Amino acid sequence: MSFLAELLIALALVVSGIFGFVGSYGLIKLKGSLQRLHAPTKATTLGVGGVLIASMIFFAAKTGTLSVHELLITLFLFLTAPITANFIAKTYMARNMRRSELPENEAGSGWSVYDDPPGRGDETGVR
Amino acid sequence: MLNRLIPHPLLSLTLLLVWIGLVNKFTLGNLILGAAFGLVIPMLTAPYWPNRPRLARPFKIAEYIAIVLWDIVVANVQVAMIILFRKEPEIRSHWIKVPLKLTSAEAITVLAGTITMTPGTVSATLAADASAILVHCLHTDDPDAVRDEIKSRYESRLLEIFP
Repeated sequence: MSFLAELLIALALVVSGIFGFVGSYGLIKLKGSLQRLHAPTKATTLGVGGVLIASMIFFAAKTGTLSVHELLITLFLFLTAPITANFIAKTYMARNMRRSELPENEAGSGWSVYDDPPGRGDETGVR
Repeated sequence: MLNRLIPHPLLSLTLLLVWIGLVNKFTLGNLILGAAFGLVIPMLTAPYWPNRPRLARPFKIAEYIAIVLWDIVVANVQVAMIILFRKEPEIRSHWIKVPLKLTSAEAITVLAGTITMTPGTVSATLAADASAILVHCLHTDDPDAVRDEIKSRYESRLLEIFP
């Protein structure tokens, strides 16, 4: 393996280690569930991304073939991370917050955590 | 006939590409097996796709992906800076209401996912009639600027992609 490849792999691993650490440290430092939610959804994306880039360079340099597993991991991560964050946020809002703590949506109906969509329920006569 | 055989061409193509990626080896056998999955799975799941999203402007999609990837890198650095160098009482979190012009469910899903992945914001919930999205911002001094940036940077591009 060439020196350049080793250098790039080491760099990617160090960067990912730093961001993984910061993401975990954020969980301790930030206060409240909603603030804590920000640390793992972002800082760790680059943490995992760095390891994946290092893995791609490693296999490209060692075997000379392009490995696409890492791209798929990135894809699945980008598909699942926002959904997990959204579920956690919604659960937190439903359990620990009142609707008066949130900004009002003057133009339309209320937030879906607390309100049904307009028309739903009226049509069947059940509320 | 073709419409019945391939009810969802983009899904078929995605399944084929993901399959080839999963086996991580490009051979004729894998191509045929992937194509078979691409044909059978959309047929079986067709009832769950009442409205197929129409995508326009493939170059805009590529541009959008590039912008979001870049923003994710920037977001990581920004959030890391906030975590490391800001004292806890100085972190001012805000709820931000972003009124939506997008109407299709797919477009709103993409926007919500983008908001969660990018600078210091997490999409928390949607208005029941999908007229606005509620965003939680980790730290900002100007909530209106964050809202305007989401609208001009992401929503306007998604409006062109999902007409």
